[in-house]
Amino acid sequence: MKRPESTIGSMSVSLSPPAPVMAPVHQGEATHCPYCALQCGMYVSEDAGGAITITPRHDVPANDGALCQKGWTAAALLTGGARLTTPLARASRAGPLVPVSWDDALDRVAAGLRAVQDEHGPDAAAVFGGGGLTNEKAYLLGKFARVALRTGQIDYNGRFCMSSAAAAANRAFGMDRGLPFPITDIAGADTVMMAGGNVAETMPPFLRHLRGALVVIDPRRTRTAGRATLHLQPAPGTDLALALGMLHIAVTEGYADQDYIAARTSGFAEARASVATWWPERAERVTGVPVARMREAVHLLGDAGKAMIITGRGAEQHAKGADTVTAYINLALALGLPGRPGSGYGCLTGQGNGQGGREHGQKADQLPGYRRIDDPAARAHVAAVWGVDPADLPGPGRSAYELLDALGTEGGPKALLVFGSNPAVSAPRAGHVAGRLAALDLLVVCDFVLSETAAMADVVLPTTQWAEEHGTMTNLEGRVLLRRQAVAPPSGVRSDLAVINGLAARLGHADGFSADPGTVFDELRRASAGGVADYSGITYERIAAGPGLFWPVPAEDHPGTPRPFLDRFPTPDGRARFVPVDHRPPAEDVDEDYPYYLTTGRVLAHYQSGAQTRRIAALNEASPGPYVELHPDLAERLEVVSGDLVRVSSRRGTTEAPARVGPAIRRDTVFMPFHWAGANLLTNPALDPLSRMPEFKVCAVRVERAVPDAARAADARADRGRA
Amino acid sequence: MRIVIVGNGMAGSRLAAEIRARDKDARVTVFGAETRAPYNRVLLSNVLAGTAGPEQVCLPTPAEGVDTRLGVTVTEIDRAARTVRTADGGGEPYDVLVLATGSEPVVPPIPGATRAIAFRTMDDCDRILGAAATATTAVVIGGGLLGVEAARGLSGRGMPVTLLHVAGHLMDRQLDAEAGLVLGEALAGLGVTVRTGARAAAVHPHGVELSTGEVLASELVVLACGVRPVTGLARDAGLPVGRGIIVDDRLRTADPAIYAIGECAQHDGTVYGLVAPAWEQAAVVADLVTGAGPAARYRGSRLVTRLKARSVELAAMGETHLTEESAGTVEVVRFTHRARGIYRKLVIRDDRLVGAILLGETPAVGTLTHLYDRGGPLPVDPAGLLFPGQDAAPRADSPVRMPDAARVCECNNVTKGRIRACWEAGARDTEAVVAATRATTGCGSCRDAVEGIIGWLCRQEEVRA
Repeated sequence: MKRPESTIGSMSVSLSPPAPVMAPVHQGEATHCPYCALQCGMYVSEDAGGAITITPRHDVPANDGALCQKGWTAAALLTGGARLTTPLARASRAGPLVPVSWDDALDRVAAGLRAVQDEHGPDAAAVFGGGGLTNEKAYLLGKFARVALRTGQIDYNGRFCMSSAAAAANRAFGMDRGLPFPITDIAGADTVMMAGGNVAETMPPFLRHLRGALVVIDPRRTRTAGRATLHLQPAPGTDLALALGMLHIAVTEGYADQDYIAARTSGFAEARASVATWWPERAERVTGVPVARMREAVHLLGDAGKAMIITGRGAEQHAKGADTVTAYINLALALGLPGRPGSGYGCLTGQGNGQGGREHGQKADQLPGYRRIDDPAARAHVAAVWGVDPADLPGPGRSAYELLDALGTEGGPKALLVFGSNPAVSAPRAGHVAGRLAALDLLVVCDFVLSETAAMADVVLPTTQWAEEHGTMTNLEGRVLLRRQAVAPPSGVRSDLAVINGLAARLGHADGFSADPGTVFDELRRASAGGVADYSGITYERIAAGPGLFWPVPAEDHPGTPRPFLDRFPTPDGRARFVPVDHRPPAEDVDEDYPYYLTTGRVLAHYQSGAQTRRIAALNEASPGPYVELHPDLAERLEVVSGDLVRVSSRRGTTEAPARVGPAIRRDTVFMPFHWAGANLLTNPALDPLSRMPEFKVCAVRVERAVPDAARAADARADRGRA
Repeated sequence: MRIVIVGNGMAGSRLAAEIRARDKDARVTVFGAETRAPYNRVLLSNVLAGTAGPEQVCLPTPAEGVDTRLGVTVTEIDRAARTVRTADGGGEPYDVLVLATGSEPVVPPIPGATRAIAFRTMDDCDRILGAAATATTAVVIGGGLLGVEAARGLSGRGMPVTLLHVAGHLMDRQLDAEAGLVLGEALAGLGVTVRTGARAAAVHPHGVELSTGEVLASELVVLACGVRPVTGLARDAGLPVGRGIIVDDRLRTADPAIYAIGECAQHDGTVYGLVAPAWEQAAVVADLVTGAGPAARYRGSRLVTRLKARSVELAAMGETHLTEESAGTVEVVRFTHRARGIYRKLVIRDDRLVGAILLGETPAVGTLTHLYDRGGPLPVDPAGLLFPGQDAAPRADSPVRMPDAARVCECNNVTKGRIRACWEAGARDTEAVVAATRATTGCGSCRDAVEGIIGWLCRQEEVRA
């Protein structure tokens, strides 16, 4: 067999190099941005007066000296008045949050956890983690749940983010590493298809890696779509049908790479048969994408020397998200892309540690090293590292939305610990979720700002953040990075690890829950050894000295694995699997009562639920609040112009926001950003049967011109006058 | 529950799969008269045209557990015994029987008609392609959807083709006269000679004789004169039959144990000849017979016809023949550009799109299909729908026309006004402006715009000086 060429070195030369960025003027501690999974490299320096300066690093391939406004302004949250610096608790459910001592706060939490577990059993205590937590925190949180609390009820907000892509990649490749190739490979691709990704808003420096033809699939003409060679604009919830139609075209037009399919895959015949019923004209009718555009997209991919297909949340956050991703993977496999140097399939991981956070056990069905909690060998290995009996490890628990939905119910958890997440804003059907949170006996939130969820808590524990602590992050490439401490934390706060340590001690586990990130990482290495995501060969020293290491790294002298699929796929037979899938309509389609689709997404200046970015003045100036984007034809029908207040209602809730009218969106669809409370009051918690991902990206809504409060009051007075 | 399906075409095989998807334990037997595994009839035109291979139109093999009897013809329904009898002397009892017998080609009663090859099945397709290998010219009789596709498919193989159509214009069921004319001109440019108002009187061994006596020499004659529902089994069993087997909203015949779907069924006066309605019907029957959706009902289908012919883009939907003179308030929006093979027509009633013709490639097809399918309200000025792309936001990328509030660098929220202010404060080159504003340091794509604004400001200064 021919040895694949090495592609670690140079890729093809760009014809139009992106703009050079300013030379670094300051140096400081070399670390990484607190926000998205691009994990841009930055220096953080503090002068004698305590002023903190951020400058971009050029030695990190993901950003190579670039930063977006979120990164440039990240220091504002280190010093601003928004920080929590003391534990808070309420004397009673109705009482206000007041400062308490750390001992008092931790004692209350431990006592509350013991009380609900004594009465209702171990699963009465639950844990909700986050994809922004370092690997060390995610790992220790999973261990804390299983060993100290002995609860199976742990999941995290990454379920809302990466679960569909993860499920599909595991099913096809036997491994879920977001980009199974270095990000710098993308610049060499002749064509990149991006299904449901808007990197211009979500991770702007990523655009510098897009040099070839770009095909964007998005119901909106986003800024990313505006740069595309070809923009396919399907109706929300039809990305799956579009992928099936394109695979049909690829097969009938002879683009299927038969040698690759024979040598490296299994299941093609079934996948081909499954798209026989998806002739392009049928796909057109379902998606609204003209056949000619589908053909053009397939030609751009199929005629390219090197091509990539990349999915984002737009394709994934559906009740059929895993199958949708599978359909795009099938297309990539038919074209012979995965495992070929410079080509491939990948997903765009969202949260800062969205990759590492999904590998080390804060997922309901998982143990460290990307092991399955229902695999006896995995349980035995991890139990040995933890010094417990495998039989004592709980089994799989509820997925994120199911967990939130069960809070305070008969048989559901009565106490919840939240780390690095704001589900009161970020969960689907958020009004209902807020009600479930309020029904708990005990809600504990660890955060560094008073998020909407923290504001509901019985106990709030103020933590260190990002530049105030050491830890490792695994970026969207699967590259494990060292995020160094750059500044001293304010007095009064503790790291999440110290919080876990303090709680574990109070629950009878004085050992095994170190507050030192290096110690925890060494244990994580042992726990992950032999797993799919094997970190055992990674040390702080190794990643401090260079640009990070691509997992798996099974030994300290192993160079890491930039492209894990070059020779074989980590499936039992070494082949990638085609999995036949079929389209189905959105869980909630439009009807006479709710005639428009709502889709949700991000804006550049904000991150996730906005708990951090909404507290930074420059970002609020750039994006001051939520809005409803709608097409001019719909606006005309509703008699609204940009700036008018619009009311959007679904079967689950209602919210109001100013209209933003423009032709970039389909006539049948409105868009709302989800960084503010509002959009998720409307979204549909219908779950993907495989990944348990909620259907954030499409639900049916009614859209009306909202009557401002003053006018409403005047109408009411007039009505009374008539009566 | 024993479910027997007669017919293994697109409706029958789909129904078997739909039933198994809802009920893994359902006992399903399918009888198929053809010996082939089910294939996608919609794509036969592509096989004829050579744009798809025969292996590429195979439908997914039936779900595990479906008992499929290929090449076994059902000859009789014994309703009293709830049993079907087959040509091989066998029988199969049923609790539920579904007729999905499809339709058969109409063969015109003219001398020599059997010399022509009907275009209906994969076997027909094989025969046509076999004859095409040696023939030098072809005649297609019938200028409906299938005839046009067949003619274009053969012309795409390099063979001169004459397309005969008895009506005044092609695809007269779906198109108005002008669209038919433009379609004919488009086909003419692709090697198809269109003869409308032409009636075939006989098929001779070496050609077709028209009613005028004219003889068109041809070694290959293809028949595409429409189809007729296959209803004999139902009729013999005493079930009411009109053009098709008459069914209610449950797709049930007069016998509650017997259903009919697809091209053999007649619902609310309509026999559907396209696959989409057949599949909608299959889903309803599957819901009902498995109990998965006891409230499921079929209420009729909206029809969208999409021609599959290389280099001819055509979509036609709904009531394309309505005019302003028709009953009720009908608005018609029309655009024609014959030289480019473009014809677009919208038929609007009560603010809804009730019909459309789109001939010639246009991205409008997706939007209009959705508006028609879902009955969504139309914009106040619907004419814009015919010209998508016209509504793209104007881009003021010239520094002169750009307002001060325009955001130049999205990634760092830098407006033209800030760049100007920065420049006025003394930053006279790009690097200085970048250092002060962070413009260009995100995605980097505004570099040219920033340089353009600074250059323009510098030139303005020179002009003033």
